[in-house]
Amino acid sequence: MKHLRQLEDQSVYILREAYKHFNNLAMLWSMGKDSTVLLWLARKAFFGHVPFPLLHVDTSYKIPAMIEYRDRLAREWRLDLVVGQNKEALAAGMNHTLGRVVCCTALKTNGLKQLLENKGYTGVILGVRADEEGTRAKERYFSPRDKHGDWDFRDQPPELWDQYKTTFPPGTHIRIHPLLDWTEINIWEYIKLENIPFIDLYLDKGDGTRYRSLGCAPCTTPIKSTAKTVDDIIEELRHTTVAERSGRAQDEGRGMELLRKDGYM
Amino acid sequence: MQVNVTKPSENLNIVIVGHVDHGKSTLLGRLYADTGSLPDGKLEKVQAICKQQGKEFEYAFLFDAFLEEQEQGITIDTARTFFMWKGRQYIIIDAPGHKEFLKNMISGAARAEAALLLIDALEGVKEQSKKHGYLLSLLGVRQFAVVVNKMDLVGYRQDVFDGIEKEYREFLGQFKAVPAQFIPVSAKLGDNIANRSQAMSWYSGPTVLDTLSAFQKETARSEQPLRLSVQDVYKFDARRIITGRITAGRLKVGDHLVFSPSNKRANIRTVEAFNIEPQPTEGQAGQSIGITLDEQIFVERGEIASHQEHLPSVSTAFRANLFWLGKKPLEKGRKYLLRVATKEVDCEVASIHRIIDTMDLAQQQGSNSVGKNQVAELTLRTKAPVAFDLSASFEATGRFVLVDEYDIAGGGIITELVHDDQEFLREEARRRDFAWVKGEVTVEDRAQQYGHRAAIVLITGGRHTGKSFLARKLEGRLVADGRHAYLLDGENLRRGLDADLSEEERGQTTEMARRYGEVARLLIDTGLIVVSTTNPFGMAYREASEAIRTLVHPAPVIAVHMSKTAEEPPPNTDVVLTGPTDFDAATARILDELKRRGVLAQAIGAKPVFQYSI
Repeated sequence: MKHLRQLEDQSVYILREAYKHFNNLAMLWSMGKDSTVLLWLARKAFFGHVPFPLLHVDTSYKIPAMIEYRDRLAREWRLDLVVGQNKEALAAGMNHTLGRVVCCTALKTNGLKQLLENKGYTGVILGVRADEEGTRAKERYFSPRDKHGDWDFRDQPPELWDQYKTTFPPGTHIRIHPLLDWTEINIWEYIKLENIPFIDLYLDKGDGTRYRSLGCAPCTTPIKSTAKTVDDIIEELRHTTVAERSGRAQDEGRGMELLRKDGYM
Repeated sequence: MQVNVTKPSENLNIVIVGHVDHGKSTLLGRLYADTGSLPDGKLEKVQAICKQQGKEFEYAFLFDAFLEEQEQGITIDTARTFFMWKGRQYIIIDAPGHKEFLKNMISGAARAEAALLLIDALEGVKEQSKKHGYLLSLLGVRQFAVVVNKMDLVGYRQDVFDGIEKEYREFLGQFKAVPAQFIPVSAKLGDNIANRSQAMSWYSGPTVLDTLSAFQKETARSEQPLRLSVQDVYKFDARRIITGRITAGRLKVGDHLVFSPSNKRANIRTVEAFNIEPQPTEGQAGQSIGITLDEQIFVERGEIASHQEHLPSVSTAFRANLFWLGKKPLEKGRKYLLRVATKEVDCEVASIHRIIDTMDLAQQQGSNSVGKNQVAELTLRTKAPVAFDLSASFEATGRFVLVDEYDIAGGGIITELVHDDQEFLREEARRRDFAWVKGEVTVEDRAQQYGHRAAIVLITGGRHTGKSFLARKLEGRLVADGRHAYLLDGENLRRGLDADLSEEERGQTTEMARRYGEVARLLIDTGLIVVSTTNPFGMAYREASEAIRTLVHPAPVIAVHMSKTAEEPPPNTDVVLTGPTDFDAATARILDELKRRGVLAQAIGAKPVFQYSI
């Protein structure tokens, strides 16, 4: 409980820094557990309000239940929801059978880049966590992206104490990562503590499987699990030695490294 | 070997530092393996890559998450990984040891709660061993242990270990750093990491994991006097919420707060929170909090709230120890953005006292710049007064960073308050503000009624530059527009308020400026836009305008400088008028500046924007 409040205080501080420094700010929301906790933290930071738009990069291949959940919360929490889609690529028939990295690049990375460019966002808040996979462990809380949205992980600015990079040359933008220090268990503990509504794809509904990480339907597979409640999930995670994103096909080989260097979330 | 795979909830951020190739990544690999913290398949994946590249497997490879790094054989950035041990999860910031990567090591250490510093038993104490030890101390990492690695390469000899311990303790002692423990280990072979070494029976101290277990979770500094750095002020709904992080001490509903450097005061009415029942009534160090006040005072980001008994220092100068990471050297006289807690203000390096060589702590004097990766003692001078503390007393409000162009390029700790020439007047203003008797009408009430905020337009310049003429014209224009403005002419003070002063006393700028400033302060408190010139002070206008600024702080000062030919205007001048002046155009420029500063609304009749505190 105390450790969750410490994580919360840090994330809230980062969110408020972001809101103070970026006039054109947006938050990415994939409806997964992490970005939904992030959204909740924004409501914490701004006392029930979410003073910036929520972006969803819709690949059109998301699991339908996720879209229903998205629209319901957007209504209930009065969110300014902005949905982006790489329509050109979809019209040209882009799908995962053309190659997972190719498909992710077109529909997610490029979909995101188009959205950022069209709306001119200079700060984008994301729910990535350092313990998810190797490249995300290298992130700063405030991480600059160049004119092409690329990430130069070799030459990142220093980040000292609670002082973050909030100034940047025109044409570039900053990715803001308030959840960097959270672990998968912390996310679920916090969902339980705050009673945050989450999508039930994360629970076993009787067939002995559940999703541990959510992405596009064709590239995300459920894991074997009998976790039917949040408590079950936390208990399961305390003992598992399977990586969280093992059900995410794009992580195979050097997938995530190539994707993230190029501006993937 | 004890294997513990249950993931606990408590986290401790630790950083591993030390000279390049002294075995940081290997130690991490070993910690991971020995605590049973590796996900299934991770070990096999790394082994497969090693095989593919024709290399022998090493524990170090587990942490080089980027394949490119494995090709290069070095760790590039602060990669964070996790392992579990005895009810705690350790977040490891894998700080690299290569010289050019110092900024990443500093980024890692700045967020660490504890550190392990590695020294190679065969190579002994090297340059980066010393530099990192010194920087840990500068960055405020008080909990650390020294791990003497590769003991297998020196035949596990106690005399080698003892020699390193003695040498390094002496070095650390020069800046009063005391490690929790010196531990002889072989990370490669697993000696004294999780398991006690059979080969070093002469060592009876704790293993690396035992030492980590003994490190305390950094305790929030709740027992200190209160420090709340204002981060932002929100008005999303009916509540006007002041937010910020409590960096020290505690507060509760009803507490009387003083905001520095503006000296504004009010009581805490509520503590605001979302989805917390019942609504909290107090807060303590570490919390990101929101409060409402019982009075509508204007405070802004960067101010430090405290209780009246324990105020922070306020000055425009302080002495500091700084490390520089910028691509361009730090130069004396150049402008940088200073950030202390949430305050951002322009500053310049007033003097560089010495460069400190972290190898032997020798001091080099007489330098005009600080190079990349150097540490220096210097004095910084800020454009406006800043509230801060000495780092020895308060961590968060006693340290700062400098921003050069777009990047944080250096950081440091404040070691000494430097008294500036406004100290006496600032103290007068503080005492006067604290005791100021107020009526029921607030500053905001007056502003709403008048349709503008109070401010002072201060016109400086040499003789016969047209200051008085412009002042009269501006006053006329403001009143014609429906503003409440008043021309404060120093001549009137001389004949009345200053009539008790002797001719000699009237010639002294200090007392004349003080009286003038206090009168201006009174008029501003009535909600007026005061228009004034520094005419009565003659050529001492620079000194006088500084004094007036201090006394009317934090009311907006719109400084206008007039000169016949181009000359350096006083610091912080907003509008510079050079040469024969078009007085209509000059008046228009000043009005624009008043709008830009939020004193006047953009259009007559509209409500002004309150973006500055008063």
